[in-house]
Amino acid sequence: MTDLTAVAEATTALPLLDLAADFPILSRPVNGRRLSYLDNGATTQKPDAVIEAERRFYRESNANIHRGVHWLSQHATELYDAARASVQRFVNAHSADEIVFTRGTTEAINLVAQSWGRPRLTVGDEILITHMEHHSNIVPWQLLCEQTGAVLKVAAVDDKGELDLASFDALLGERTRLVAITHVSNALGTVTPVAELTARAHAAGAIVLIDGAQAVAHTKVDVQAIGCDFYAFSGHKLYAPTGIGALYGRARLLQHMPPWQGGGDMIRTVAFERTTFAPPPQRFEAGTPNIAGAIGLAAAIDYVSRVGLERIAAHEHALLLRATAALGDIPGLRIVGTARHKAGIVSFLVDGIHPHDLGTILDSEGVAIRAGHHCAMPLMTRFGIPGTARASFALYNDFADIDALVAAIRKAQDMFGTRRPR
Amino acid sequence: MSDRDDMLRELYQEVIFDHNRNPRNFHPIADADHQADGHNPLCGDQLTVYLRIADGVVQDASFVGHGCAISTASASLMTEAVKGRPVEEVEALFRDFHALLTAAQEGEAPRRDFGKLEVLAGVREFPARVKCATLAWHTLHNAITGAHDTAHTE
Repeated sequence: MTDLTAVAEATTALPLLDLAADFPILSRPVNGRRLSYLDNGATTQKPDAVIEAERRFYRESNANIHRGVHWLSQHATELYDAARASVQRFVNAHSADEIVFTRGTTEAINLVAQSWGRPRLTVGDEILITHMEHHSNIVPWQLLCEQTGAVLKVAAVDDKGELDLASFDALLGERTRLVAITHVSNALGTVTPVAELTARAHAAGAIVLIDGAQAVAHTKVDVQAIGCDFYAFSGHKLYAPTGIGALYGRARLLQHMPPWQGGGDMIRTVAFERTTFAPPPQRFEAGTPNIAGAIGLAAAIDYVSRVGLERIAAHEHALLLRATAALGDIPGLRIVGTARHKAGIVSFLVDGIHPHDLGTILDSEGVAIRAGHHCAMPLMTRFGIPGTARASFALYNDFADIDALVAAIRKAQDMFGTRRPR
Repeated sequence: MSDRDDMLRELYQEVIFDHNRNPRNFHPIADADHQADGHNPLCGDQLTVYLRIADGVVQDASFVGHGCAISTASASLMTEAVKGRPVEEVEALFRDFHALLTAAQEGEAPRRDFGKLEVLAGVREFPARVKCATLAWHTLHNAITGAHDTAHTE
């Protein structure tokens, strides 16, 4: 059992952020209660700065990009290009041409599978993932394996929810063409050693894709420091609108990748005999993109950068410590995922109360959590459970949210008659 | 007490807890002549329903599986409710019970005596949980009609 008082004192001394007022939805009561929004792993709420940036674009700057001679089109194109440069700086890519806008992480991973993988992989080639991947970093590779005859290999995860490095090394071989790993596990919060894993994969001659969906809002990402070849993330988990995300791809790889969708905006010339394609990143952005979304994403990056990712990480770490101690102190509650290095995600089970019943009761108390398999069914199977309840934190959460979570769990235990004294 | 608290207590009545803790007819039937599986992968709820039917009447009904309190209690109450009833009546009860849980307003629910099943009417206020309460019934329906696919309600 953790010494709660010590944790309370230690965390209270930390410099916490106080930014909930920037997020209009958080002042809206839910079920008559103050909203404690702890489902940030699913999607984050949006600050006024992002909502206003999208609104301003439609009110003042809306036009299609890359085609108009008129002023508005040029203006919109400049904003869109500036958004790309903003993403480039955010992940420290070498060039803005290495940033492809996508609908989100899922589309970015599918892009790599279909454009990098499909023309290159052949029977017996191997793709190495881990047991803690989100379905979006499993299924695109399964489809690719069916298309090419490649084989999917899965590195083991131990009982704490950490990647088993011996298993990873054992599966990494000369047939491994691609390694695809999550930066932060959405179900357990485990932070994986991506730079180390990338180095090992490169030594074995494989290229590396990192699923950064759960990482970008919580830790400073530097793709050059990690050394990865591809890095995928979604805007909506980073306080940006839904429907926009990005793929970082190393320039010399993107240059040799064929288009994966055809249409306008991705061509150089079109003739019925032969069409030539635009260079990256336009080659991978067929059709009118989510222009307003990209501008919203840039506004979110500005917001997060103004606050500072180091401060956000420290704030969320304080919440994680506090929640881990407070939840760990509830008799009958078991935390699933106890890796040494975790982001602000706590998955847990309560004896005698199914996660869905817990989710319903917590919701009635204004506490929004996720209950279920978290799009990580193989991981749930690995732990022999149908799912968990998950609280995931963002920069606007505070200790009152954790207190509300704990009180609501105790209420559920009262209702189910499973409450035991501490 | 807020309205929401009342709704929550309407949903989680003592009967539900009782049937969740001690599900009735919670075992396979060795000589079952009808059975079917139900699975809601999003929830993880999973069950098998067993029936013995003779002369058009459900002679015995049981289930095994795991799920949330709502789905377990619903399955347990269902097995009690259908035992000894003609199959046609059971199918009619399934339709009415489904309508009871999905009626937009209380007045639109079918007027009949639901017996103990009435305790599940509170699910109506929690649309996300209707699928939990109806999984066992869809599985029962598949068992009766001999459908071979796994039932699901999500």
